[in-house]
Amino acid sequence: MSISTAASSAVFAVYEPVIGLEVHIQLLTQSKIFCACSTRFGDPPNSNICPVCLGLPGALPVLNREAVTMALKAALALNCRINPRSRFARKNYFYPDLPKGYQISQYGEPLAEQGALEMDIGGASRSVGITRVHLEEDAGKSLHEGFPDSDEKSYIDLNRSGVPLIEIVSEPDLHSPDEAYQFLTRLKTLMLYLGVSDCNMEEGSLRCDANVSVRRRGAASLGTKTEVKNLNSFRFLQKALTFEIERQIEVLEGGGTIQQETRLWDSREQRTYGMRSKEFAHDYRYFPEPDLLPLLISESWKESIRRSLPELPHLRKARMMREYGLGEQEASQLTGSPALADYFEEVAKASGEARLSANWILGDLMFRLNERRQDITQTPVSAVALAELVSLIAEGTISGKMGKDILAEMFASGQRASQIMAEKGLQQISDAEEVGRVVRQVIAANPKQAEQYRRGKTATLSWLVGQVMKATRGRANPQVVQEALKKELGPSAPA
Amino acid sequence: MDLTNLTIPEIRSALTSRRASAEEIVRAHLVKIEERDREIHAYLTLSPERALAKAREIDHLVASGAPLPPLAGVPIAIKDVILTRGVRTTCASRILDNYIPPYDATAVERLEAAGACLLGKTNCDEFAMGSSTENSGYGPTRNPHDLERVPGGSSGGSAAAVAARLATAALGSDTGGSIRQPAAFCETVGMMGTYGRVSRYGLVAFASSLDHIGPFARTVRDVALVLRTIAGRDPNDSTSADIPVPDYVAALDESVRGLRIGVPGEYFAGLNAEIADNLQKGIDLLARLGCQIKSVRLPHTEYAIACYYIIATAEASSNLARYDGVRYGVRSTGYRDLREMYEKTRNRGFGAEVKRRIMLGTHVLSSGYYDAYYLKAQKVRTLLARDFVQAFEEVDAVVTPTSPIPPFKIGERIDDPLQMYLTDIYTVTADLAGVPGISVPCGRTRSLPHLPVGMQLLGKHFDEASLLCIAHAFEQAGGFAAGS
Ligand SMILES: [Zn+2]
Repeated sequence: MSISTAASSAVFAVYEPVIGLEVHIQLLTQSKIFCACSTRFGDPPNSNICPVCLGLPGALPVLNREAVTMALKAALALNCRINPRSRFARKNYFYPDLPKGYQISQYGEPLAEQGALEMDIGGASRSVGITRVHLEEDAGKSLHEGFPDSDEKSYIDLNRSGVPLIEIVSEPDLHSPDEAYQFLTRLKTLMLYLGVSDCNMEEGSLRCDANVSVRRRGAASLGTKTEVKNLNSFRFLQKALTFEIERQIEVLEGGGTIQQETRLWDSREQRTYGMRSKEFAHDYRYFPEPDLLPLLISESWKESIRRSLPELPHLRKARMMREYGLGEQEASQLTGSPALADYFEEVAKASGEARLSANWILGDLMFRLNERRQDITQTPVSAVALAELVSLIAEGTISGKMGKDILAEMFASGQRASQIMAEKGLQQISDAEEVGRVVRQVIAANPKQAEQYRRGKTATLSWLVGQVMKATRGRANPQVVQEALKKELGPSAPA
Repeated sequence: MDLTNLTIPEIRSALTSRRASAEEIVRAHLVKIEERDREIHAYLTLSPERALAKAREIDHLVASGAPLPPLAGVPIAIKDVILTRGVRTTCASRILDNYIPPYDATAVERLEAAGACLLGKTNCDEFAMGSSTENSGYGPTRNPHDLERVPGGSSGGSAAAVAARLATAALGSDTGGSIRQPAAFCETVGMMGTYGRVSRYGLVAFASSLDHIGPFARTVRDVALVLRTIAGRDPNDSTSADIPVPDYVAALDESVRGLRIGVPGEYFAGLNAEIADNLQKGIDLLARLGCQIKSVRLPHTEYAIACYYIIATAEASSNLARYDGVRYGVRSTGYRDLREMYEKTRNRGFGAEVKRRIMLGTHVLSSGYYDAYYLKAQKVRTLLARDFVQAFEEVDAVVTPTSPIPPFKIGERIDDPLQMYLTDIYTVTADLAGVPGISVPCGRTRSLPHLPVGMQLLGKHFDEASLLCIAHAFEQAGGFAAGS
């Protein structure tokens, strides 16, 4: 695309993007939505299958109650209205990894509708509408590559066939790729809190399509939209949306019109492609699934699920700011995933040092985890171990600088801070008497600098502190050193 | 003693009195199949090892003096749309020519657990789509009473097997009359329970909201015995009802005196005179038995056939999508890409009637037509069901002819699908309304060649017991021969 950044910002002043997302989230149930097969990821191909998820003749679906419970959690957390009666429908199309020739989904009568996700955009609170939340089954997976005879054959793995999904459809309330990114991040965090999905984009448990259009700012009606598919990472989402918005603006600026079509994001080419309309001219011939009864949600079931909802992210953030005296930014980051927030609270409670714990978690700990491409659930440093380190620093037993080195060592060896200190003799010297002895030695060895200080050149003090630190191989407590120096040197006054 | 002529209670007494062994009974049937089935063609696949293994198991029980299960040693035939583990199940379709199911239908499992010996799989219209068994991919079945005529359909093989003593009882499936109509044509008893009464798990779906499994036998008591065995909630079928199954056999001996039986005028207007004649004699007999005969109205009957062929084909077009040659069944050769693989497989694998119904069903569901056809048909279905609910406020059962015509000749109607569809006119209503129905013999036509006529009784939801009770009283009073 040829629009330069400068030109782009100019046309953005004229055009407003309108984006709605359709997000598929795999539920964390033990078994599939209509049979008892395991949902485990990564098992050998076609090992978690049975007559139902293979679509064998005569097999019938039986709805997994756990999947409904999880979908209800998601819908309630999104402030949706739960339909007391919803129905499954058949979406008919032929594809080799769709064993029955239809997907059981919800269509005209979804589980839940009319919700909203609250989010902060640019410091302002915004509500993004949720059109619907519905349940459906996943299809299998076609494997077109990686086999010796892949040039002439495709293989099919049906382990994923029948894995429960919810589809969450947003209203077209998002107005930039960044807002879409924020929305998806926010949604993911919410699902992680609810424990209904691991939202792992690489494993396909979070998938996203986008409906994109642009209109002149101030226009009342929406422009013609395109549906952009294949957005299987957060990064692709932003890039693809940016590309698509710029493409549409360029078409309109050139006097053209937007074709309503499905476009695929090609991450290698960094662009979207229109699919030949024939490929996507599907008539899914939806009709109510006669093999399943209507899904009835009683008021009591709904209420018991509502009561079982965990503390949701925005409430947890507010509580953590209040309870631990955290800043907005810190609390926001720490509540980014329930695992991180749990970790923080454990460290804060065990060390009794909330602010310091937050600094160390968001600073060194996250830095080292990012370096290793790990998240908090994979940390080799347990919350208890980090709490010990934080306490040692808070007490002044070790310096912050020493803390950094020790944490690195904890990452490498998995040892506790106290063990590492004992082995390396890293105890901080805070004892005034011990420090005083070294300070006197340093003053005696550097009479010229001592004299300069006394004559009013206060900057010399930090040089002298450095000499004491050097003499103690960094183990002395710098604050104690400074005080001892001042005491030994006496007042600093210009002659 | 002709072991192929025994009823289920007679088999039981033959076993317990040691006059015959289960193995002898099964072998007698296998011999008879060998002799007669070449001309009748009721069976597509035989499973003698499975039947004999079960028979020997029963004979061990007899020898040890252990109590016998309710269907001990009963030779039974299964329509080939019902799955049998390890025994080829084709649905009479070339597309499943090589298909060996890995599991048993719930009904089959329950029959074998009750001691029944599974003789084999019976012929039918392909995927149960038809009214004459002429749509089988393996050639038609002939009516044992007149080999030039059809046995009815789609469960023609099961009806013919029972009529010709090639099985004591059989399972069929009924979507629009496919048990009751062949029962009438072959002069046997055939019953379909309320929708949800018998699990559909393992019944290859034609039209899921209409499909039922049900029994054929030569006596009402035998039908009651088989239905009692296969009925009841199955966790594998979400649409199976969690309603207790009464003792249908005990219900047989209840009095019919005072039961109110409705005669819907809509089912008799313009009826074939000979059939009307037999039915009148049957109704007179019911009156003599003490039943109160009343006229009732089922005003939406005339829309039933149109409604049925929309809903049934819509569901069929979706249910049959899985036969794509990808995972099982016969995949055609000589394709260049995926689309051609689908097209060749389905074009060669399915017969003409199945293709016709897939096209009809695809059409009525397609965008722009859905409201006018499928949605409208669903509304009509609701009205038809309401007709029955209202009628059953006044009567305990409804009596009608089973078929508007007696068994016709093979080939006579096959080229006129609409005429063929109209043979279901009196049976589709019960499937659409979800009410139970039974067909019992009601004499033969007066004119040569004296063809079987069937009488249909329809009942309230989950009131199979009343139907069995009335049918049994009718049978005991000689009603099966009424009019002949
Ligand atoms: Zn499965």
